[in-house]
Parts: sequence; C-alpha cells; structure tokens
Amino acid sequence: MANLQSDFVGIKSPNPFWLASAPPTDKEYNVRRAFQAGWGGVVWKTLGIDPHVVNVNGPRYGAIYGADRRLLGLNNIELITDRPLQVNLDEIKAVKRDWKDRAMVVSLMVPCEEEPWKFILPLVEDTGADGVELNFGCPHGMSERGMGSAVGQVPEYIEMVTRWVKANTRMPVIVKLTPNITDIRKPAAAALRGGADAVSLINTINSITSVDLDLFAPEPTIDGKGAHGGYCGPAVKPIALNMVAEIARTPDLANLPISGIGGITTWRDAAEFMALGAGNVQVCTAAMTYGFRVVQEMISGLGAYMDEKGMTSVDQIVRKAVPNVTDWNQLNLNYIAKAVIDQDQCISCGRCFAACEDTSHQAISMSPDRTFKVIDAECVACNLCVNVCPIDGCITMVPMAPGATDPRTGRVVEGHYANWTTHPNNPAATTAS
Amino acid sequence: MSKDIYAPGILAGRLDGAAYAEQFADLHPPLDPHAALVAADRCYFCHDAPCVTACPTDIDIPLFIRQIATGTPDAAAKTILGQNIMGGMCARVCPTETLCEQACVRETAEGKPVLIGLLQRFATDHLQEKGGHPFTRAAATGKKVAVVGAGPAGLSCAHRLAMLGHEVAVFDARPKPGGLNEYGIASYKSPNDFAQAEVAWLLRIGGITLHHGMALGRDVTLADLRAAHDAVFLGLGLGGVRALGLDGPVPEGARPAVDFIADLRQATAPQTVPIGRDVVVIGGGMTAIDAAVQAKLLGALNVTLVYRGPRSRMKASPFEQDLAAAKGVRIITQAVPMRLHGNGALREVEFRYVNADMTPTGETLRLPADQLFEAIGQTLQGDDLPPLDGGKIRVDAAGRSAVPGVWAGGDCATGGDDLTVTAVAEGRDAAMDIHAALCGA
Ligand SMILES: Cc1cc2nc3c(=O)[nH]c(=O)nc-3n(C[C@H](O)[C@H](O)[C@H](O)COP(=O)(O)OP(=O)(O)OC[C@H]3O[C@@H](n4cnc5c(N)ncnc54)[C@H](O)[C@@H]3O)c2cc1C
Ligand SMILES: Cc1cc2nc3c(=O)[nH]c(=O)nc-3n(C[C@H](O)[C@H](O)[C@H](O)COP(=O)(O)O)c2cc1C
Ligand code: SF4
Repeated sequence: MANLQSDFVGIKSPNPFWLASAPPTDKEYNVRRAFQAGWGGVVWKTLGIDPHVVNVNGPRYGAIYGADRRLLGLNNIELITDRPLQVNLDEIKAVKRDWKDRAMVVSLMVPCEEEPWKFILPLVEDTGADGVELNFGCPHGMSERGMGSAVGQVPEYIEMVTRWVKANTRMPVIVKLTPNITDIRKPAAAALRGGADAVSLINTINSITSVDLDLFAPEPTIDGKGAHGGYCGPAVKPIALNMVAEIARTPDLANLPISGIGGITTWRDAAEFMALGAGNVQVCTAAMTYGFRVVQEMISGLGAYMDEKGMTSVDQIVRKAVPNVTDWNQLNLNYIAKAVIDQDQCISCGRCFAACEDTSHQAISMSPDRTFKVIDAECVACNLCVNVCPIDGCITMVPMAPGATDPRTGRVVEGHYANWTTHPNNPAATTAS
Repeated sequence: MSKDIYAPGILAGRLDGAAYAEQFADLHPPLDPHAALVAADRCYFCHDAPCVTACPTDIDIPLFIRQIATGTPDAAAKTILGQNIMGGMCARVCPTETLCEQACVRETAEGKPVLIGLLQRFATDHLQEKGGHPFTRAAATGKKVAVVGAGPAGLSCAHRLAMLGHEVAVFDARPKPGGLNEYGIASYKSPNDFAQAEVAWLLRIGGITLHHGMALGRDVTLADLRAAHDAVFLGLGLGGVRALGLDGPVPEGARPAVDFIADLRQATAPQTVPIGRDVVVIGGGMTAIDAAVQAKLLGALNVTLVYRGPRSRMKASPFEQDLAAAKGVRIITQAVPMRLHGNGALREVEFRYVNADMTPTGETLRLPADQLFEAIGQTLQGDDLPPLDGGKIRVDAAGRSAVPGVWAGGDCATGGDDLTVTAVAEGRDAAMDIHAALCGA
C-alpha cells in the first residue's frame, strides 16, 4: 500500500490523520490509546493558565441525527482543559517520550497579553512537543472572557498574538481559525502576517441544536437554561471545505499550509480536504462517535485510493483540486447537459418526478406503469433528480455534443467556452459572445 | 419441471434440462453494489463488537463493513482475508445464523441482523474477481513444513506458513484440493467451481507445493514426514463414516450421504446424477439436510429426513430445517431405523418410534424407499496417528498433538465445532504456533 507518511510544516507523522484538540486528546490515557489505534498525531486539548477553568456539571452536548439515529452534527459547550497545567504538561512529556514517531502538537489559549504567552511557551517546549496550535476559535464560554473566537474574529488581534508567539518559541505555530466570521481570508491573512507557519480550520460553529418544547429552553439544558454551543461533525463539512478552498485559491495565501478540520469521518472526506488544499487533517467528532478505530478505515481507504491513482506520497493529493475551484462567472455557459435515467437501474420510486414536477422544471414524465423519463425539452440539468434518487448512478448528467440542438432552447450547442462576463444578458459584459 | 418424477427406481435426468440450472442456483444470490451499500449502512460499528466475538476467525467485521460503506471493498477484503484466508468460502457456507449474525445487535434490536455473510462475500468476490492477492511472503526462513490434507484446515495453515517465509509441502489423498469445500459443501452454496478458484487464488502466495494422491499411512508415513520436515500439520478431516449397524445384508440403494454429495459435486452436470423416487435420509445434522435438499432438487418425488431425537436436539440450525421444509423435505423425528426391507434392491425402511429419552413407544413406521442416505456422523480414519481423545487427535490450545513436532487442526482434531470456519481458524493458529516454535518468535 502507498506510504502515507506526512510532513506538515516540518512535523512528521506516519499518516496525515491527527486528532483535533478536544476530548479525545485531553489526557494521557486517551492519547496513548489513540496512538495504539493508529492515529498519526494529536493536537492536545487546549491548555490555559491556572487556575484552570471549570465545566458545567450538566449535559454539554446536543446532537442532530439522520435516519437510523446516525449522528450528523454535534454541539458542545465544553471549555478548554479543566485540569491543572502541570498535570497536562507532565502527561504530554511522558506520551511524547514513548511515541516519538507521532505528531504531538499542543493547543494553547491564554489571555490576550504577551506575558502569559511568554510564560507558557517554554513550558510546552520543555515537553518535547512538536508544535503549538493557537486556539482562536472556541465560540462559547472562553469567548465571553476575551479569548478564543473573541480573538479570532479580530484580524489585528490574531496578527498581534501570533507575532508574540513566534517571537517566544522556536516551535512551528499553527493558528486555529474560527468559522464564525464572514470572510475567512481575512483572519488567515492576519495569521500569515503575524508569522504563522500554518492555519488550521475550522473550529466549531455557533449553534443551538434544538429546543425542549416542554421546558421552552435550548438543549442541552442546564437547570432550565441553555447557552449556544459550537457545532461540528459531518454536518459542518461543506462549510469547512469551502473555507479551506477560499484560503487555498487566494494567491496571497496560496503558500500558507492548512490543516483541514470539520466533519471528517472517512478517508474520502480527508482526501477531499487535502485536494482542496489541506496538507493534513484533524478529526474530532468521528472519533467521539465511533471510537479511535475509525482511523483504520481512513488509513486503508486513503492508501487504496493513492494506489489506484498511482500516487506515492500524500503531498500528491494536496491542492490537486484547487485550480478547478473558480468563481461562478468563470463557469462555461455553453456547457449543456441533460439528465438521463437508466431504466435498468430505476426502482420506480418516483422521487425524481416529485422533485422535478413540484419544485423544478416539470422535466420528468411518469407513465401509468411508473416509467420515469426525462423530457429533454424541459430539462435544465439542475441535478436535483440525481440528488434525490436513492440509487447511486441511476440518473446521470450527460453533456450534449457541440453541434447538437438543445430541444429546450432550440439553439445549437456551441463548442467554445463562454462565461457570464461575455454573455449578452450581462449589462456589464466585457465583449459580446 | 416434471419429466420423470413418478418413475420408480434410481434414475438420472428426472427433470427437464432447464430446471436444473434453476434448482442449483446460488442459495443466497450475491449483493449488487447498491444492495451492499444499503446493507453496510446498517452497521453500528459497535465497540468490541459481539459479531467479532462470535466469529471463530475473529474477523474485524465492523471495520470491513465500514470499508465497504466508504467505497473500498478491496480494503474490506484484505481485512477479512488477513484473518481468514478462506473468507470467500466462509461467506458462502458459514451458518451465519448461529454465528456472527446471531450475535449482531440488530438481531437483538429488530430480529434483522446486518447481512454480514453477504457483505463478506461482496468484498471477497470483488477482490478475487479482479485477481488481487494482497499478501506477500516474508524472507525465506529455510524451514520446511509438511501439511497433510488440503482441506480448509490444511490450506489455511499452509498459506499462513508460506506467508511467514516457510516452504510448505501439502499432501492429499484425493485428486483435487479443497477437502470438503470441493467434495462436501452443498452445490447450491458454492456454485461455479468456486472451491477450485479459491484454492488457485490462495496458492498465489507461492511457496506451497501440492502433492495429490498421496495418503498418509498408504503412500507416506508420519515418521517419513517428520524426518524430512521441521514440522508437520495434520488436517485430515474425518474420512470415515459411521455405520447404521443394522442386522442383515445391506440392499442396493443404501449408501453414505457424503458419498452421494461428493458424486453430485464432482458430476459434470446434475442431470447425470441418479436419484431415487422415494428417498430417505437418516441423520439430523448439516450433512443430512444437505443430502435431503439436494435429493429433492434432483427431482426425487418424496424425500423424508428421519432423526432419532426430538427437533430441539437436531444439530441442523432452525434456518437449515426451514430450508429443507421449504424445498419440500418432510422431517420426521424420534424414529430409529430398525430394518431395511428389499430383495436385492431397497424397498422400504422400517423405524421404531421412541420417546425423548430414547425408550421405544411400541409403535413402528415403514417408509417406502428406493434410496437411503446415511448421515449419522463421520469418523477419523487411519492408524499411524498421534494419540486420540474421543476419536479425534488430541491437541492443546495451540494445536500441538502429543507427538513432538506434530500439530493438528480442523475436523480431525479435538476442540471446536466441525465447521469450515473453525478449521480455517485452527489451521491459522497452528501455523502461528509452528512459526513461533521454529523461529522462536
Ligand atoms: C456434507 C457436508 C456439508 C457440510 N456443510 C458445511 C457448511 O455448509 N458450512 C460449514 O461451515 N461446514 C460444513 N461442513 C463441515 C466442513 O466441511 C468441515 O468442518 C471442514 O471441511 C473441515 O475442514 P478440514 O480441513 O478439517 O477437513 P476436510 O475438509 O475434510 O479436508 C481434509 C482433507 O484431508 C485429506 N485426507 C484425508 N485423509 C488423508 C490421508 N490419510 N492422507 C492425505 N490426505 C488425507 C482429504 O482428502 C481432504 O482433502 C460440512 C460437512 C459435510 C460433510
Ligand atoms: C466537546 C468538544 C470540545 C472541543 N474543545 C476544543 C478545544 O479545547 N480546543 C480547540 O481548539 N477545539 C476544540 N474543539 C473543536 C474541535 O477541535 C474541532 O475543531 C471541531 O470539533 C471540528 O471538527 P470535527 O467536525 O471533526 O469534530 C472541541 C470540539 C468538541 C466537540
Ligand atoms: S454487531 Fe451488527 S451492528 Fe454491531 S458491529 Fe457487528 S455487524 Fe455491525
């Protein structure tokens, strides 16, 4: 199988799968078992300055489920580590001593002043850790105290703190970004200006997962009240992927390494993050849902994929899809496709018909014997039928060959590329098509 | 489908040609990729999963199912085959209803287990049809091991030893390898010559030489093998059959069920295999069920399976009993054979009804029969074997017999159920112990 060895900003690990800073990494017992299970590295649960914080003593998680109670999204109101600093440092040192080939990165969150950073960084260095991650992302509790996402939402603070940290340590510095902003490129650029070696994203998204309709309180409910938490798990993956891609395709940020986080559950999720620019990935919810063993599927799956593609190093996946992420106005408007239903695979459920007939373009016909066919004269190739069909591969979008006539518009399909910037309907068109 | 089903006697070609293909089709047709994804999606990825505990070869079932769910069936196959090199055959023949699927938490929750056996088949077929063999040999150790018997136990042991770098010589009395995979498993569980395809695939590891027509005790002695090799593994299976032990001459038409099954498996086509109009099978295990069902599939008009104890004591699982019933086999319990009637050719079998404690009730039963299959158990055959215990070679937990340098596993050895999967597990574990003994690992 392909070699999955990973080198992220000089931090080596036998595979690109790290556990994100969270409960899976908050103590020696967990991290040792994670390494035994095969994880390539960990970002230790965020450390702070003593006296350590305290957590609520009621429920800290809420969840969103799919069919069959599959956990799709998790919300939490947990804070950073609630154990004394020295206990954590001793454990980090002990684990790193025994697991030299694994990545040990330590997540940090201290008040927005230089002194506490000057204090904590040498202590972390002394553990033998490979790097630090600055938690500018935690969106609840810590942000009320002027830390976490309160810093991550102000690019100037990010730059300032990153500069302090770089000035006070020789370790690589990863800046963990919050998604609770409007334009992810701004905090990423600030981290780069401050001297960050890399950014990692995303941390959790502000959320309320549900409301108890008897108590009239958000869940999780603590003595009748609830506070917003941070959302993670498979549900956040699309948001995270977009943010990773936005950074990766911005020319000024193209050389800033990214550690991809957010909803990664399978090898495929990981490969997608890497293709969009992540040098490695971090995982939290998948491990919290299924246990540490999920990494074995990630390892075998990524290896098999690389073998199939003839790739010999994980770096060959990284950024491979970035050149194909573009703006809407660059998409080829002369590309015309039609949905095609494979009658042999069709199970006649009629979901495509309901979707198209009720909510789209009335481009699917239904016969009395439940045969469903695409009406080419109506089909705009929107893909909704593909998305709602329960059979993978039953409905496909087939491009029309140049020279053919589109029965919907009566126009001949043009062979050349033409986008919105040149379209006659665009008042700001630069040239006529 | 009925052509000659009413004709008395033992005849070949009772059915129309086309009917045979339908009768002997796959008992559990394979999952297509969509059905596999739907089935895989139901697995909860249990912690310390009960299905794994229930599998004699300890396959990491939740992991391989997850690998199928994420679109990597070949990785799933490697997870399976790394533990059980005959994962393809086991996916077809394991009584999953009493093993992994019985333990599945979704059997507990809804009475509908995850389809572990079919998913295993999906993954192993995917890899093997592509011809992939994901295992390679370690550097040569210079050690030589003799394996007697090319059944599941012997081949599993041989593959593991070859993988660890040893040179393996396999001796088998029969003309073809596979043991009961080739000569015993019901034809509808393993159609399309899968047994031979699997052996050919398994041998691709290299370092294994097969010697056919070589019987221990006839062509070679245990002493010879011990002298010429660093270790010996015995996977002889159970070559003998237990006799009914009735008085009087045995009329024509009565024979061991395993011989009938072997003939059917080796036949060029099922229509060439003669079958009676009225068939009686005696026994209550898997062999009896397989013989009865296959007799029915060949076109026998009446097939009656007679077991001496009550239903609850039958070794065949409820699933297998239902299968027989669905195919039209009549099951009679608590009846013991007394006499075979017939002048030259068998005509009737006479039984004595018994109570659950086996005392006669005083009533008897006569069943018309032109053919009788005995399936009351197999026995270990051969002298020149290590010391026995209860008719099987005595081994310890690691598979070591009482003779130094001689290991044994599978049906011929003590411990474990007589199942394909158990034989594979015992062969593999003995190989690991042989390796440790030879290389001090
Ligand atoms: C009719 C029948 C149906 C069955 N169906 C199932 C089923 O559906 N599912 C299931 O899990 N199990 C089933 N079993 C049980 C299963 O087949 C056995 O448990 C399994 O094959 C045992 O493997 P083995 O390697 O120990 O022995 P075998 O498969 O019996 O192989 C032994 C090998 O040793 C060779 N041999 C024997 N004596 C000598 C000698 N003196 N010298 C050299 N070679 C010798 C034989 O030729 C044979 O190739 C069935 C058994 C029978 C009889
Ligand atoms: C209970 C919980 C606690 C977390 N604590 C931290 C933390 O202390 N520091 C941090 O940087 N991120 C923390 N996170 C965020 C995760 O590291 C990660 O960024 C987020 O969960 C998204 O990844 P996922 O979808 O794989 O879970 C926490 C997440 C959860 C669920
Ligand atoms: S017991 Fe069933 S649900 Fe649980 S891991 Fe095994 S197959 Fe999956």
